[in-house]
Amino acid sequence: MVKLVIDGQSVEAEEGWTILEAAKYYGIDIPTLCYHEGLSPYSACRVCTVEIIRGGRSRLSASCSYPVQEGIEVRTNSERVKKARKIIIELLLASCPNSRTLQCLASKYGVTEIRFRAEDRGCILCGLCVRMCEEQMQAGAIGFVYRGVGRDIAMPFHQRNEQCRECGACLYICPVCELPCPGPLEPGQLCNACLDTVQMEAFPCRE
Amino acid sequence: MDRSLLEGNPHAVLEGMVIGAYAIGACEGFIYVRHEYPLAVENILVAIDQARDFRLLGHDILGSGFDFDIKVSVGGGAFVCGESTALMASIEGHIGEPRVKHIHTAEKGLNNRPTNLNNVETWANVPLIINQGADEYALVGTDTSTGTKIFSLVGTINNTGLVEVPMGITLREIIYNIGGGIPKGKTFKAVQTGGPSGGCIPESLLDTPVDFDRLYDVGSMMGSGGMIVMDEGTCMVDIARYFLDFLCDESCGKCVPCREGLKQMLYIIEDITEGRGTLEQLDLLRELAEVVRDTSLCGLGQTAPNPVLSTLQYFEEEYREHIEDKKCRAGVCKALISFEIDAKECTGCLRCLKACPVGAISGEKKEAHTIDQEKCEKCGICYEVCEYDAVIRK
Repeated sequence: MVKLVIDGQSVEAEEGWTILEAAKYYGIDIPTLCYHEGLSPYSACRVCTVEIIRGGRSRLSASCSYPVQEGIEVRTNSERVKKARKIIIELLLASCPNSRTLQCLASKYGVTEIRFRAEDRGCILCGLCVRMCEEQMQAGAIGFVYRGVGRDIAMPFHQRNEQCRECGACLYICPVCELPCPGPLEPGQLCNACLDTVQMEAFPCRE
Repeated sequence: MDRSLLEGNPHAVLEGMVIGAYAIGACEGFIYVRHEYPLAVENILVAIDQARDFRLLGHDILGSGFDFDIKVSVGGGAFVCGESTALMASIEGHIGEPRVKHIHTAEKGLNNRPTNLNNVETWANVPLIINQGADEYALVGTDTSTGTKIFSLVGTINNTGLVEVPMGITLREIIYNIGGGIPKGKTFKAVQTGGPSGGCIPESLLDTPVDFDRLYDVGSMMGSGGMIVMDEGTCMVDIARYFLDFLCDESCGKCVPCREGLKQMLYIIEDITEGRGTLEQLDLLRELAEVVRDTSLCGLGQTAPNPVLSTLQYFEEEYREHIEDKKCRAGVCKALISFEIDAKECTGCLRCLKACPVGAISGEKKEAHTIDQEKCEKCGICYEVCEYDAVIRK
């Protein structure tokens, strides 16, 4: 067993667990987007960023892939983490304003304005669909194309291929393809309908 | 720099790799080089063939029973493939994208085998260290950065080119003694070290000794060993915009802070250089740059805000001038400048009229010319060709 401290609590975790897994086991909430327990960690959305103090040095890292280590201290809600997480959610909302998952994350973590230029791309490139298709459906029908700001998800050469069985797993797992947020839907606007709900355990708009 | 070593002294790299391989028990080595450097590829291949002929590579090296061979992997030239995990992915034939680094390369690197990955210049130093002994080698340099370093000295400086200097030499010595100072009697403004994602160091810090730690302390880095010297004619906001634009292009797009954050940083800087910036945006730029630095997945994203953060730290007044006074003191940001002809000074020589690429200048011979501001593209050619200082840049 590995001993570490998460948010002031001394905890024990099994060798090979990630910080996220350890935190979830002890009921400590860390938000995630590109993480799914049935898929390999991808560490791209950085929403699960936590502060890790090791050997007196503090750094931010994605908890979904960071393995637990003896003696480290993890802070899931420090000022540094909060600031970084808010900016990341804000960046995601600027690129995908109508995602209900993102709007709810914004409410839950206190993002009350989008200060960035909003451009609705309809995809946050979390790669869940790509990994789902490849790892769980054994199909590998879709993948990433292009680079940087032009990055996209597509079938090879944008052509329908035989690998795709139209199973719909990619749609099922997508955090953006769901019903859009019922709040204001102009790009750059925030729903924030759930902002005052206590601790955001329940999202009124989801019921 | 690495390219010059592969082109000019490839055997030093091969020797270093063979020694390293022998020390750790490796049997296979790779050299990753981009295809835009054809001479480097050609020369390293020639060197590998020569080394094989002399039995310095391959099966049973020099009868020692030790086997080691080197393959050259030619990459497409993506900037992000300088990042160790992206480099390995590229050699494996995958997309050049970094992966998380908690899995140590020494445990699971190339093809999930234990791997030791080092820079070209590092390997080229290994034979020197073995031949001279570590103590002798460490006589040159500082406590934490020993030996010498090759820099590519470019920009507005008299002597451009590659220079090899002892670690710990000051920036001032490199720029003024070796580089010969700034041409045309202009004043030095800043030097950027470490390639596109390095920081810009101002005049006040020119006595900083060049080593890994000190460059990091002043907000820059050793990086690739690039050293770009800038004079008073450089706008620091525009420089930050230029490098950000490059890095935005070269981001692989995998993680959110780098892909989305750099794009939004670029939007803000473009607003500032085009005269639309606000002071709130300046604070937002700083806040965003810090988050991109702290949360990005790989070294590209973690260092990409350096040009912005360092110029904000050392040249904040220039940002403020762009925002508050709508003024670019270097006369670089086109939206904030205009060109006019002083009728008193103008001799009507027609020189600027002929040189203007968009035909914005009108006037007869020996009469004062005028610039049509609607047509003017603000390229500054008239300003440069006028011999009577009649063109005024505002």
